[in-house]
Amino acid sequence: MNLPALMLGEGEAGSATQTQGGASIGTRFTVPGIKCAGCIGKIERELPKTEGIKAARVNFSAKRVAIEHDPALDESDLVEALLNLGFEAQRVEDNPMGTQASERRMLIRALGVAGFGMMNIMLLSVSVWSGAEGATKELFHWLSALIAMPVIAYSGRPFFASAWMALKYRRTNMDVPISIGVILATALSLYETITGGEHAYFESAVMLLFFLLAGRALDAMMRDRTRDGIGALLGRMGKSASVIGADGSTRRVDAGELEPGMLVLVAAGEALAADGEVEDGVSAIDNSMLTGESAPETVKPGQLVHAGAINLTAPLRLRLTRTAEDTAIAEIARLMDEAGQSRSHYVRIADRASRAYAPAVHTLAALAFAGWMIAGAGWHQSLVIAIAVLIITCPCAMGLAVPTAQVVASGALLKRGLLVKDGSALERLAEVDVALFDKTGTLTMGEPRPQLERLDDEARAVALGLAQHSRHPLSQGLAKGLREAGVEPACVEEVIEQPGQGLSGVWNGQDVALERPASGAHELASQLRIGNRAKTIVFTDQMRADAAEAIARLSRNGIASSVLSGDRQEAVQDVAARLGLPARAEASPSQKLETLDAFKAKGKLPLMVGDGLNDGPALAAAHASIAPGTASDASQQATDAVFIGNKLMPVALAITVARRTMQVVRQNFAFAIGYNVLAVPLALFGYVTPLIAAIAMSLSSLIVVANSLRLSGAAGRENEA
Amino acid sequence: MTGLAYLIPIALCMGAVGLIAFLWALRSGQYEDLDGAANRILIEDEEEEL
Repeated sequence: MNLPALMLGEGEAGSATQTQGGASIGTRFTVPGIKCAGCIGKIERELPKTEGIKAARVNFSAKRVAIEHDPALDESDLVEALLNLGFEAQRVEDNPMGTQASERRMLIRALGVAGFGMMNIMLLSVSVWSGAEGATKELFHWLSALIAMPVIAYSGRPFFASAWMALKYRRTNMDVPISIGVILATALSLYETITGGEHAYFESAVMLLFFLLAGRALDAMMRDRTRDGIGALLGRMGKSASVIGADGSTRRVDAGELEPGMLVLVAAGEALAADGEVEDGVSAIDNSMLTGESAPETVKPGQLVHAGAINLTAPLRLRLTRTAEDTAIAEIARLMDEAGQSRSHYVRIADRASRAYAPAVHTLAALAFAGWMIAGAGWHQSLVIAIAVLIITCPCAMGLAVPTAQVVASGALLKRGLLVKDGSALERLAEVDVALFDKTGTLTMGEPRPQLERLDDEARAVALGLAQHSRHPLSQGLAKGLREAGVEPACVEEVIEQPGQGLSGVWNGQDVALERPASGAHELASQLRIGNRAKTIVFTDQMRADAAEAIARLSRNGIASSVLSGDRQEAVQDVAARLGLPARAEASPSQKLETLDAFKAKGKLPLMVGDGLNDGPALAAAHASIAPGTASDASQQATDAVFIGNKLMPVALAITVARRTMQVVRQNFAFAIGYNVLAVPLALFGYVTPLIAAIAMSLSSLIVVANSLRLSGAAGRENEA
Repeated sequence: MTGLAYLIPIALCMGAVGLIAFLWALRSGQYEDLDGAANRILIEDEEEEL
């Protein structure tokens, strides 16, 4: 076992670790089902018993498992191993998010160093303030300087770097006054120390850095809490294809190098890498990535199929029509990208505040200096007062006002099953006034679930014995439903899958089969045959149990909901009627986008909730968007928040909590501004001693943090109300 | 006042030890999974491993 190596592997995405047992690689999975200590124990104890798995380490906070395993095992083997323990897992794509985590770590390290410096310098400063004299005072000033210089140089880097970048492009941001204040205070204190002067302000400078770093670290935590759980865009699209040459031989070609007109062989279970027309073969394809429709589609020669679809049952020969950048899926990705860009113009409250605030601080400090110079106070005293103004107006409380509230609120929401991607998402969620829901996978569970009441134990065991052999969505839904009911699979032999027909095999000397029902009345049904007995298993795409409740709650908050789906008219009408919502069916991705733009044109701020890739552009264009955890990677990428589990309530909860968060943020701002209004005049007129400045600064920061912590119970209380 | 000569270095050393302990804990990943650490104490070790 090499656990430390694994834990570090968490941060360094996809790093390969070397252990005594030879080469092994690390793969990370998101496992939303980890809920308690028992789950941690089960995974860490049971998983290494699987052949080829060396160690597993659970990160409970991130709901992730890092597995160290033999390179011979691939992703699907590991997912299977986790599934056997009863956990659904999804691969965490190796993406450059490792840099995010290292930024957070750097901030926390800087925070630790600043904390150390602050405590020790404060110790010395308090002695000076309580009347240390002469040589002792000078010694203490020198000691403070010795501690403060390296601490400021190290912990101040995030601010200095950011301020330098801003100045280089002739802009100003919050970090410019902070950097100037800190550097000036340090330089002046050093001058005082060398000349044996009265005051040194090392403690103010370091304390300022400490509180600001606390705000920054919280902000960074907020940002990468969920972001690295979201995989790369278009990860599901086939990455290569087998091209059939003129002589009949096949070779693998990368998706980017495919060209229209090529003949391609797609094996069963393979994802399509380009759009094409079927030349030969009959199969079923899973097109849910594009349409969100869970039932597999049968394809015959002459039919058009799209990249991203998964060929389920039999090999197909395709003549490619559109490849690489021209495929339907790439077109959707492009739409999403464009729609998402317009949203990124949204300016976060903190940025808006700082844009107005930073120049005001500069002006005020400059005016203070000029005013006192004119009044004849001498350059030294004028500078001291100007620094006091810079420090006291420096936005400690303001820097903490937004991130603390957002971190606490997103933590509370995470416990309720909703992952919010970043702070601006909470701000936008708080503002929405109209909600649009996709049907399949959003209002409904998005996967066919069998109705098992009419099956006896024997039939259940045989059904599972058959179904577990297939990748067909109905078989997978059946297998999942049966496993959840605690069924042990029967040992069915000689299982054969016939495309479009079903599975057949032999059990206890009888022919058994799971096949298409004889009557075509039910669209989602299959027939289980044991010997001569036949039973029909009906599948339904169940509505989320609390959908009506969640929508009622949204309307109590003044948000009108409606359904916007790409699915068939009858299916959409059925769901919409049960929830009492207006609905629009058979909407294409671009029509969905138009609907959202129409709402925006009317001055509404729409919330889009959807899962399929066909919702992608709409999700990106909406003022705020939420996707279920089962959504395609592309959709999750485009949204502000992801909800996990079988309930829809987190969506309604997100809105109420986001609104309360913004309330708290506004309170925090009001307080921080009120504090400045009181403190700045005092500083301007030179009444603020270092002791008062230090106490006022910490107190205001602590009050802001305490106010934000009130949100931690918000999600819980709201839920019971 | 002579007490300061050793009291201050002691105070600084204790602070430094705290800082080093914090940096070590950070580096070895102990802040990566705080909720998990709280839960792990509840895992029963049925079989002795290692």
